[in-house]
Amino acid sequence: MAATTALVGRPRHGRVIPWGRIAGWAVLVLVMAATLFPFYWMLRTSFSNTRSLAAGAADLLPADFTLGAYRRVLGLSSTAEAVAEGGSGGSVNFWLFLRNSIVVATSVTVGQVFFSAMAAYAFARLRWPGRDAVFLLFLTALMVPPIFTTLPNFVLIKELGLLNTYLGIVLPHLLMTPFAVFFLRQFFLGVNAGLEEAARIDGAGHVRIFFRIILPVNRGPITTLAILTYITSWNDYFWPLLVGKDESVRVLTVALGIFRSQTPQGSPDWAGLMAATLFAALPMIILFAVLGRRIIDSIGYTGVK
Amino acid sequence: MTSETVNAAAPPTVEAASRGTPPPPTRRLGDLPVAVLFVLPAAIGFVVFYLWPALRGLYLSLTKYNVLTPPRFVGTANYERLLGDHLFWNALKVTAEYVVINIGTQTVASVLLAVLLHRLTRSLLVRGVVLLPFLVANVVVALLWFWMLDYQLGVVNHALDWLGLERVAFFGDSDLAIPTVALVNTWRHLGYTALLIYAGLQMIPPSVYEAAALDGASEWRMFWRVTLPLLRPVMAMVMVLTVIGSFQVFDTVAVTTAGGPINATRVIYFYIYDLAFNRFNFGYAAALSSVLFVILAGVAYLQLRLTRAGESDLKGA
Repeated sequence: MAATTALVGRPRHGRVIPWGRIAGWAVLVLVMAATLFPFYWMLRTSFSNTRSLAAGAADLLPADFTLGAYRRVLGLSSTAEAVAEGGSGGSVNFWLFLRNSIVVATSVTVGQVFFSAMAAYAFARLRWPGRDAVFLLFLTALMVPPIFTTLPNFVLIKELGLLNTYLGIVLPHLLMTPFAVFFLRQFFLGVNAGLEEAARIDGAGHVRIFFRIILPVNRGPITTLAILTYITSWNDYFWPLLVGKDESVRVLTVALGIFRSQTPQGSPDWAGLMAATLFAALPMIILFAVLGRRIIDSIGYTGVK
Repeated sequence: MTSETVNAAAPPTVEAASRGTPPPPTRRLGDLPVAVLFVLPAAIGFVVFYLWPALRGLYLSLTKYNVLTPPRFVGTANYERLLGDHLFWNALKVTAEYVVINIGTQTVASVLLAVLLHRLTRSLLVRGVVLLPFLVANVVVALLWFWMLDYQLGVVNHALDWLGLERVAFFGDSDLAIPTVALVNTWRHLGYTALLIYAGLQMIPPSVYEAAALDGASEWRMFWRVTLPLLRPVMAMVMVLTVIGSFQVFDTVAVTTAGGPINATRVIYFYIYDLAFNRFNFGYAAALSSVLFVILAGVAYLQLRLTRAGESDLKGA
């Protein structure tokens, strides 16, 4: 019987060389190489001297190794130094933009997940007239492409005087997204009613049930949603570009776009650009290194449910 | 125990204090007072940032509006104008080309990758590596490839040189710009899409493969006769999500070609952005957004119909 499971779809004919598996692995290794090489190239270029890139364009190691690109990007080198290595004098106020990205992504994630969870609780576990109609209304918002609401939202944020404030960047995603409510409701529906009943007999009210039972029991899906929200928010470019160009609230993605538009058209400061992209990508890569399994598992979770 | 005091059913208590007699909670209302409290933040978010802007967008599409002076109602003028706007038709054509190339390559490659992952390994590391590009912002991915595909210094063109081939102006050639942008985004989304499909593959019971193996079916045959048909509901959902996402390409274009060369990559999102924020033509931009909305709804509806997404082949079997 164990033999049958081992067989699972892989008939073995004696000692035939498993060409299929070898070819399969070859393709897989190729895909991984194609995925990783660009990241290596980003790293390699960021340690190069922009002026030497032309001569050593095909070198696998950094062309004329230097930390100059990082010094330029962080605004640590003088204009003369920067120009000597092919920079433009433009810099990225990295620590400020990193802080802005963290503030925006964190508040969006905490607010959106928490408020969506509250709503999901009301839709999944409470009985009230109009519940299903309201939920359906929420769901229709899933079908609306973001651009349709983005333009009027921009006008609204402008009218509220919130352009170039954290609140303006965060507000449209702070209270809910239809997806978050829908996603959490699915899981809250599955909570064992006996648990709730027992708590109610002990005299627990809805607030207590929400915090002590619903949230802890569903910490898996909630973490999943939080991770995905954080990644989406961190990588968002369009909305912060519209409402948060000002340096004081500029997030990393927007900063990167501006840094790119500052480099001269003819001979861009590639090393500087790659150092900046690496800086912008690094926090997500670190998050991935720490939460690897959770993130990978969460992908299947959301798409298919 | 003491938690009743924090119970969100505060409104009745207030009422009771003012009237002197506690009103019995009516059956008909159920948990309404509590529910209102729980739904309120999300409901405010929904009304202010989804419902109201959607209605307002619809209204703005019927106006001439530059954000600085109040909108002026012009009826269907914006919609009539777009019929004759060759940039609009160009944007539609370019976007369609992008979607076809992006979705075509991405779907085939991700199904292949998902099946390989499923059949060959359970390694978390391998799945982690292929997912990596998805975690990095579009803007980062766009700049990275902009550099690698640079005509003069890009490593890809050096490789072509080395192979004895002609250099290619990936982003600079108007025939190649859109395929280039599409393939760059395929690179970013390949692993993510593959993992979605991989999750679908894991739901297919192994017994189906055991039965097929007993019948002497080859891997190739099993893929076409077992895997693909059973994957259909998952594929349908994945396709709807990726196609709708694909129509909304913006970031990559914005930081690399900015619509050029000569409108070759002026995709619909970028055109709308350009109209609204560079030419202050908000009303017309809102009209284009409405049209895009209708197109997306139509595409999603067609896809769901064609793929019978709601049905599962497993349940019947």
